[in-house]
Amino acid sequence: MFPRPIQKAPQPAQWTYTVALPLALLLWLLPLLGVAVTSIRPASDLAQGNYFGVPSTIALGNYIEIFLNTPMAKYIRNSFIVTIPTVFGAVALSCLCGFALAVYNFRSNLLVFFMFVAGNFVPFQILMVPVRDLTVQTGLYNTYLGLILFHVAFQTGFCTLFMRNFIKALPYELIESARVEGVSEWKIFRHIVLPLMRPAIAALSVLVFTFIWNEYFWATVLTQGADVQPVTAGLFSLNGQWIAQWHLVSAGSIVAALPPVLMFFLMQRHFIAGLTLGATKG
Amino acid sequence: MSGSATAVMPVVSAPRTSYWKRNQRKLAPWLFLAPGLLMFLIYVIWPIGNSIWLSFFDWDGLGEKTWLGLDNYAELMDDENFYISLKNNVIWLVLFMLAVPAGLFIAIFLNQTVTGIRIYKSLFFFPFVISQVVVGLIFSWFYAPNFGLLFKLIEWVTGTGIAFLADPDYVTYALVAAGLWPQIAYCMILYLTGLNNISPDQIEAARLDNASGWRMLWYVIIPQLRPATFIAIVVTVIGALRSFDIVSIMTDGGPFGSSRVLSFYMYEQALSEYGYRMGYGAAIAVVLFLIMMIFITGFIWKMVNDERSGG
Repeated sequence: MFPRPIQKAPQPAQWTYTVALPLALLLWLLPLLGVAVTSIRPASDLAQGNYFGVPSTIALGNYIEIFLNTPMAKYIRNSFIVTIPTVFGAVALSCLCGFALAVYNFRSNLLVFFMFVAGNFVPFQILMVPVRDLTVQTGLYNTYLGLILFHVAFQTGFCTLFMRNFIKALPYELIESARVEGVSEWKIFRHIVLPLMRPAIAALSVLVFTFIWNEYFWATVLTQGADVQPVTAGLFSLNGQWIAQWHLVSAGSIVAALPPVLMFFLMQRHFIAGLTLGATKG
Repeated sequence: MSGSATAVMPVVSAPRTSYWKRNQRKLAPWLFLAPGLLMFLIYVIWPIGNSIWLSFFDWDGLGEKTWLGLDNYAELMDDENFYISLKNNVIWLVLFMLAVPAGLFIAIFLNQTVTGIRIYKSLFFFPFVISQVVVGLIFSWFYAPNFGLLFKLIEWVTGTGIAFLADPDYVTYALVAAGLWPQIAYCMILYLTGLNNISPDQIEAARLDNASGWRMLWYVIIPQLRPATFIAIVVTVIGALRSFDIVSIMTDGGPFGSSRVLSFYMYEQALSEYGYRMGYGAAIAVVLFLIMMIFITGFIWKMVNDERSGG
């Protein structure tokens, strides 16, 4: 283990570590904590210049206010409507693609694989004008479906990379012996490989959920107005309306951040397994 | 010749219905690929080509396209805002790389087995989980003149606060700092996983050789962390060049356009309130794409090599 376990260090070093750990965390999360406290601060505190002291009351009213007076609930709903089908779509398509690229040896295999990988890295702006035009032409501008279709397609690149590497690591003999038995390729996928992919599916679902929930650029390019816009884009327009009403901006930010945060804490192991794929090879 | 003749024989004699059976192994990969590949070609691969094509036109997104040849690019060469954006992209790229050593540093700091360390690790990772929009708002508040936490701290130390987001000299650095916050968390988690997988034998062997501290880190640990470092560099470069959300949320390119980056400038030109300049925007996107391609090619080249040697 590196560094040397602190338990083996001399006593003063251990004490220093015990103090430094919470202190470092406090510093690290200082901006976030500030916003969290501001979100429960009554507007009157801000008016009187009480920005950092203890809030005079705990104003949960800020949260009620953003739900009553703004389309926040609608934005949140939109985010779910866009995010959940995207997770299903991208994970399903990448299971299929990953299987194809991991199991079959065909000539353009690596070419297709690296096309997925490379597509994943391109700047969004090089896609923006054609994708927006395509979405407008097909009547999908400012619809959930328009946003979902693009997200599914783009996330399939990253997810395929992940799935392919995962299936490659499975024992190939499983597939070979099934073939000897005369099991069809589809049934090999459906009944032998897919059940083994559960951890990968879980990891990707959590990751894609977080990515899409937090996505902002395409939300502004492909949608407008509170009817369809997800919460990231919604928060941007609310921020424009709430000039300097930081108690509301803060409460809105916290609300928008909550679903992925919950997802992360509930599915932490899968989340990190997905994110650190490839970081341990060799 | 005789080999191919014998291969043809069973094909002719076999019943027609078994075409699928005979070719299943050949067709299956393409059938499995079809839905995903089709979507990817429509939404990712084709638009790249289309954008390059559009960059040679003058187009408002609705009416006729007018062929301009290289005029859009010629205009870029004279566009001061383009150079400002490009310069800011370089600042982002260079400073963003700090996320890699900073992430390693925090990972080493946290790689202990004291009680509660798992919660500490999760909380340190926190900034990466929340949206960049929220990160942007959090830092806007942090920097806000007169009452922002950082403004107050600086005022308390030096007597006068600095309104980072309103100052063209500081604004990009302030934005990069905000962007670094989640990026460091990301690199940290990569390194924590990497550290977890270092073989203890080698560390023990190195300890017996009296290696410790910096020498241990440099000669034993960092070489073993190479896969984590590679991924950390990839995601950090991509993240730096994709910086759009933070700029859009925190400054909207201001003050006076001084915090624009190429991704933001492109968006502004293509979908600005003063009229859509899709062709010019596409030209900016192509430049950004080419910059990105330099890195993508390098990454892919390394991955192909690994793939070949890894079997």
